[in-house]
Amino acid sequence: MARSVSPVIPGFNLTLGYTLVYLSLIVLIPLAGMLVYAAQLSWQDFYRIISTPQVVSALKLSFGAALVAALVNGFIGTLLAWVIVRYRFPGRKIIDALIDLPFALPTAVAGIALTTLYAPKGLLGQYASDLGIKVAFTPFGIVLALTFVTLPFVVRTIQPVLEDIPRELEEAATCLGANSFQVLRHVLIPALLPAWLTGFTLAFARAVGEYGSVIFIAGNMPGKTEILPFLIMVKLDQYDYLGATAIGVMMLAVSFVFLLLINLLQRYLIKH
Amino acid sequence: MSTLVLSTTRQRNLGALTLIGCAWLVFLVFLVLPLYVVLSEAIQQGYASFFTAVLEPDAIAALKLTLIAVGISVPLNVVFGVAAAWCVSKYEFRGKSLLVTLIDLPFSVSPIIAGLVYILLFGAQGFFGEWLAEHDIQIIFAIPGIVLATLFVTVPFVARELIPLMQQQGTQEEEAARLLGASGWQMFWHVTLPNIRWGLTYGVVLCTARALGEFGAVSVVSGHIRGFTNTLPLHVEILYNEYNHVAAFSVATVLLVMALLMLILKQWAQERLEK
Repeated sequence: MARSVSPVIPGFNLTLGYTLVYLSLIVLIPLAGMLVYAAQLSWQDFYRIISTPQVVSALKLSFGAALVAALVNGFIGTLLAWVIVRYRFPGRKIIDALIDLPFALPTAVAGIALTTLYAPKGLLGQYASDLGIKVAFTPFGIVLALTFVTLPFVVRTIQPVLEDIPRELEEAATCLGANSFQVLRHVLIPALLPAWLTGFTLAFARAVGEYGSVIFIAGNMPGKTEILPFLIMVKLDQYDYLGATAIGVMMLAVSFVFLLLINLLQRYLIKH
Repeated sequence: MSTLVLSTTRQRNLGALTLIGCAWLVFLVFLVLPLYVVLSEAIQQGYASFFTAVLEPDAIAALKLTLIAVGISVPLNVVFGVAAAWCVSKYEFRGKSLLVTLIDLPFSVSPIIAGLVYILLFGAQGFFGEWLAEHDIQIIFAIPGIVLATLFVTVPFVARELIPLMQQQGTQEEEAARLLGASGWQMFWHVTLPNIRWGLTYGVVLCTARALGEFGAVSVVSGHIRGFTNTLPLHVEILYNEYNHVAAFSVATVLLVMALLMLILKQWAQERLEK
């Protein structure tokens, strides 16, 4: 069945077998187990659990905040990638190296640091509350935490693509009379868009499921600042396994639909 | 001050300076300030209280458990990553892109769900709950559960770094080694491994960083028993929720130092990789 690229390289059966067994044991069977567990619920029960006001508002908040955070990152990330690739300036290397900090820093540490920073009496929070803006313990704070933990995704997916765009392309466009806006519209955006969408998707997917950095700054007020993963946690603390499973399955299903849509959009964009 | 490669006109200079200024601002407010907060909160009552919090028995126990979880999950995922990258990059077979998607799956599953699936398998009301209780085996609220949860969330890291690298390198060098009479393992140790070592290091660093800091998945299966099933990130949470901010940020500082160490290693591997 398998067609090897080169017949002399050994190890196909061994590596594929090991990969499949390991992946099945750690990821696939446990995930499938969750679906089987959920099958104990009738559709009515399932619907009753996921349609309570608490769950619906958490659903909106989780996906809404993740979407906003991914969009903000799409903007900030592009700016950072552009500046790092196109300009040489003092501190460039440090910025480049520390972009990955949110990936390396444990999310709980990020969570308590951001909460302390943006609390009403915090270093930045005090200025925000002078302006009448509440950051910590509001949806705004959740977006902020999500933006922090997903910051590297867009930068790191765009960066290599941007490095590979020949400068001559833009120069040629300019010589042919294009203004900066036209260069952006017809040269840069088409080249960057697929990578941008990939980064956006990764950031979104991570943000939807993020827990550690959010729960501290969210304050977890019922119906206001509760995210879906937090609700699963609450159900588990009450030993309500079925409730937790129902929310988990719903969350996976909605994520799947979102990711599928973005994927279709990406394919459409590459074709056109 | 700054030497700009791109700009020739004055207008462009101004634009570039504005963008660089914005990038610096984002960097300082968004990335540096949280680090500053962690450090300043940790030492606000002097170094003595910092060391008390870090050297306390519960903190040491948490550090040990974290290191155990890292020590088991990282090597297992390295072996998996190399095997997965090997079969994906050296062969063509049906279902390959599906396999790659499945390898990446844990990235789009919430860590809370990663913990939940193991509760449903091994928890008191789970599929194997009764059997495990009869045989007096504890997985949930014990070390095996913590290791499993950590494994789940870190599965893709090494494979993800190696697959594109090995695809790019092709199979010529391995073929040459085989034709010169090397056995399969000789080929792997002397040709493949040296070629992928920096990519592998990079993957290991990312995997370690995530395993060190994993919070959500571990939090679900840990049960938060102080001194027994608490990892360092969970210990930070407990201290913080007890309003013991100095201790929480002191332990957080230990994690922060580890994270910075990982970043330095990552940078080092990346520079080797690009050469």
